Amino acid sequence: MGIVYRADPPSARCLVALDALDLIYHRPSGMTHIVSEPVPQILDMLTNGPADAEAIVVRLLEQHDFDPEGAVEAVAARLAELEAIGLVERT
Amino acid sequence: MRYRFDVRIGPVGFRVGSAWRQPIAALRDLYAGYPEPDGGIADFTVRLEPERPWRRYLRPSVAIHGDFTLPDAAPLPLAQGLLAAEMGMNLQMALGQRRYLLLHASVVERDGWALLMTGHSGAGKSTLAALLGERGWRFMGDEFALLDPGTGLLHAFPRLVSLKNAAIDAMTAEIAADRFGPLLMGTPKGAIRHLRPNAAALSAMDAPARPALILFPRYGFAAAARPVGASEAFVRLTQASTNYVAMGEPAFDALSVLVRDVPGRAIDYPDTEGAVALVERLWTEALA
Repeated sequence: MGIVYRADPPSARCLVALDALDLIYHRPSGMTHIVSEPVPQILDMLTNGPADAEAIVVRLLEQHDFDPEGAVEAVAARLAELEAIGLVERT
Repeated sequence: MRYRFDVRIGPVGFRVGSAWRQPIAALRDLYAGYPEPDGGIADFTVRLEPERPWRRYLRPSVAIHGDFTLPDAAPLPLAQGLLAAEMGMNLQMALGQRRYLLLHASVVERDGWALLMTGHSGAGKSTLAALLGERGWRFMGDEFALLDPGTGLLHAFPRLVSLKNAAIDAMTAEIAADRFGPLLMGTPKGAIRHLRPNAAALSAMDAPARPALILFPRYGFAAAARPVGASEAFVRLTQASTNYVAMGEPAFDALSVLVRDVPGRAIDYPDTEGAVALVERLWTEALA
């Protein structure tokens, strides 16, 4: 089992999709983040409760069509970045 | 304070107090015809005071005080008192304004639509706005664009245009001498001369405008234009804002709608005439 993360509920965020990037306004911190795929999707997957990178990939595969090769490592790296900016935290 | 001047510029009321007569006289002259703050109540106060009591007479130097102050702001010589007053008004806005999202940008308007120009100091946004203001556009401001988060409209803030160095000669060649303040040499930004906005800018000061085009000008390069995507525009405008963080979510909402709905272009220009032609072409394209 990898590191399990949780995120604030979607109501804590305002997401605006622009051209190549997405903006996230995080209400609890008042901070604006500029992110790209798959960050908004990862945060969406955490709406259903805490999960580690592997479980998030399983949830993502239910809704999105992508090659799962290397996906767990990529999602784990994004989760670490999201933790650093305060959008997810370890349970 | 011994001398006092109250003025409303766009939606913002100021009270400037001074220990000396000269800066207030210069303000009265250049802001002649501007209204008083609504209900006589100023939003911000600026105080021009001697650093120490005896410095009112002896090598007088003007310290800028007010509702908001910077602890390490260096005082200016009395000859630059007008600049001190203008800097003080800027400072109050930059640190204290919470009703509008402030963007460090110049704005001109035509047919009810606003052109927003933002860039680093020296990019030419001020000169360009002043020049366009004499050529069929309404000058709305050269320092701060006031974006109303509730409506998405830009409000005019037509303070004196602060012309610097080469821009001074360019504008004195076009405009009657009685609209200029004194030439201030050796300021922290070089030579500065203030220009009074024209009658059209003053009479329409209370009319906001909907933004139609955002330009990021850069002076001193061969003429060129490239589209600026919404996310790049968002980043550049947050950097150009003095109160984005303090305003919180309303600022996020207003700015994200602005960059999503309004096209952005980065323009390079070798001289102001080339810039005017380029602006006119991009404006026609944006409104087509």
